[in-house]
Amino acid sequence: MAQSPATENSGLMAQAVKEALVAAAISFGLFVLYVGIETYQDINNALVWRTRWGLLAIFVVIAAVSRFVVVGFIKPHLDKRKRDKAKAGIPEVSDGKTFFQRNFLKLALVGLLIYPPLSVMLAGTQGSLKYVDNFGIQILIYVMLAWGLNIVVGLAGLLDLGYVAFYAVGAYSYALLSQQFGLSFWVLLPLSGILAAFWGIILGFPVLRLRGDYLAIVTLAFGEIIRLVLINWTDVTRGTFGISGIPKASFFGIWSFDVGADNNFTKAWGLSMSSAYYKIFLFYLILALCMLTAYVTIKLRRMPIGRAWEALREDEIACRSLGINTVTTKLTAFAIGAMIGGFAGAFFATRQGFVSPESFVFLESAVILAIVVLGGMGSLTGIAIAAIVMVGGTEVLREMEFLKHVFGPDFTPELYRMLLFGLAMVVVMVFKPRGFVGSREPTAFLKERKAVSGSFTKEGHG
Amino acid sequence: MEYFVQQLINGLTLGSIYGLIAIGYTMVYGIIGMINFAHGDIFMLGAFAALIVFLILTSFFAGIPVALALLVMLIIAMLMTSLWNWTIERVAYRPLRGSFRLAPLITAIGMSIVLSNFIQVTQGPRNKPIPSLVTDVYHFGNITISLKQIIIIAVTAVLLTIFWYVVNKTPLGRAQRATEQDRKMAALLGVDVDRTISITFIMGAALAAVAGTMYLMYYGVATFNDGFIPGVKAFTAAVLGGIGSLPGAVLGGLLIGLIESLWSAYFTIAYKDVATFALLAFVLIFKPTGILGRPEVEKV
Repeated sequence: MAQSPATENSGLMAQAVKEALVAAAISFGLFVLYVGIETYQDINNALVWRTRWGLLAIFVVIAAVSRFVVVGFIKPHLDKRKRDKAKAGIPEVSDGKTFFQRNFLKLALVGLLIYPPLSVMLAGTQGSLKYVDNFGIQILIYVMLAWGLNIVVGLAGLLDLGYVAFYAVGAYSYALLSQQFGLSFWVLLPLSGILAAFWGIILGFPVLRLRGDYLAIVTLAFGEIIRLVLINWTDVTRGTFGISGIPKASFFGIWSFDVGADNNFTKAWGLSMSSAYYKIFLFYLILALCMLTAYVTIKLRRMPIGRAWEALREDEIACRSLGINTVTTKLTAFAIGAMIGGFAGAFFATRQGFVSPESFVFLESAVILAIVVLGGMGSLTGIAIAAIVMVGGTEVLREMEFLKHVFGPDFTPELYRMLLFGLAMVVVMVFKPRGFVGSREPTAFLKERKAVSGSFTKEGHG
Repeated sequence: MEYFVQQLINGLTLGSIYGLIAIGYTMVYGIIGMINFAHGDIFMLGAFAALIVFLILTSFFAGIPVALALLVMLIIAMLMTSLWNWTIERVAYRPLRGSFRLAPLITAIGMSIVLSNFIQVTQGPRNKPIPSLVTDVYHFGNITISLKQIIIIAVTAVLLTIFWYVVNKTPLGRAQRATEQDRKMAALLGVDVDRTISITFIMGAALAAVAGTMYLMYYGVATFNDGFIPGVKAFTAAVLGGIGSLPGAVLGGLLIGLIESLWSAYFTIAYKDVATFALLAFVLIFKPTGILGRPEVEKV
């Protein structure tokens, strides 16, 4: 500490410049082939190449400058703050929550309930379609799927990489049964859930003995098997063409949303023809399904089976020695998780009116798992926030028309959607490895319920 | 019989490629216990590097000997993927070491999405075909063996020998095995653990680049999402052989290659992947740690 601040500062700058140069060299190496050279097909369909040195230079400069800023300014600032905090001693934890914090869940629910009428009021009947359908319903489907997977991964600690298989089972159950037998949505919704739960048990049996990453690969394989069967069993599933013309859900059989029907909703209420009403109905439907999922999860956590799940996650050997039947515990976790996936699948089918194997690729499983982990496994609020950020964020990118004015008319923001999604996954995990909500509410406590840090919960071996 | 032998050779070729990728999975798993989901995309980057180098070479040196071209493609692809995998480990995995188990898995899946979309954005979404590099074919009775297949099997055999030597006979390999057994103890005994892990990632990436180049040579086409299916198959191979075991990875790769080609030959090609995955589930029911995997010891 004998150095004067001036020399310390110049030393820091020299280091920052050095690291920036290293970053430039590395990024040059990384991008020289893939960015610096573009391959494309010429008129004769032969593959040729041209250089893009300008773009490469931009990449390298961005890497160097950001490294310089991080090493020279951000890191010393963070270190200083950490040192100041350490000097100041342990900060007092203030227990007084603001009104907003105390009533966060109630406010969120009220917000969701008034969301569709609000968007109709602000954007008009047709204009509300985008907000209710693309944002509202899309995000809520992922919330429901992630909450379903949360039971398997977050509570029971079983790593499932093929969750989308149950989603597919639910969607195809509804699509096929409604077309072949003309059953209504309200009959098929529970049936899809039961069928998916059945498949969850079928998957559960062989993997009971497997742990950790062996379980991960078998569930992944299971997801792929379901998808491949959907593609290849063309007699039943029509293969990659998918099934179209799936009937719409009705308002509990009272009003129909089919255009030609006598008891059409808009006719019955004397409204102008628009698909917005159906979407609003679907919004409330998926919201109700989500609430049901949350209610079931919260209730189950306080019941013996939920406690057994969490015990299984914490320590399987201790669980067995205390007489918990690990077979039924694991199977129920798979079955209930799968059932929720099945409900979401049936809803997805009726919302899209079309299902094809394209919708049930591994990437979907990965996205759902990412939402569960990014939200902080086991925390329902955190998972909902993660779904809003990740799914909503990528949906917003679709809407960014103004970027076309910045980058020229050829610029398509959709192309960068998944790229940014992947980057966000990496960045969030590196900076918040415990997810958005890092605290857990215990269900068993002495006298006083205290939220504990997520670091104290384990993630299970199975 | 001849048909069977023919399919055996085809399966062996495919299995060699899977085996080379599977080693990368199994080594990384062995040393830090994480599934490197981005490894399949590293393989794809290798194939693209080879493709781009091939285009540059043929446009500058039109009459270049094929062997030399292949060698240059291999070396540059290996350098490229090594640099990428090293950087990815530094940026996305190292900060999470010692964090909980699912965090690096999620960053790995994120990296996988980033890599395939990066190539889609920079090189375009279309298939990239290249003219056939090696066209020689040999006939033994009714059995046809192409020079491509011989090159793939020979290169795999040579690389595996080198690799086996490095892991079992050199100080570097000893450091790797020590890190695998007990990271903390290895560090206390003077092994530079961070460096060893980095080198493991580089070695896995180099082998994936070889697999990528061979894949490009064999099929003559590369796409941005080529990493996923071979990656999943190679991962399946690693698990089938017993994840963490190097001979297991090769064995699993060959097994999967054989099943795939024999199933497509005798049954229907549509369900060949279903057969592969079903076999995996079946083997794991009876041997939950794979064919050559060590049984996991549970400690209280």
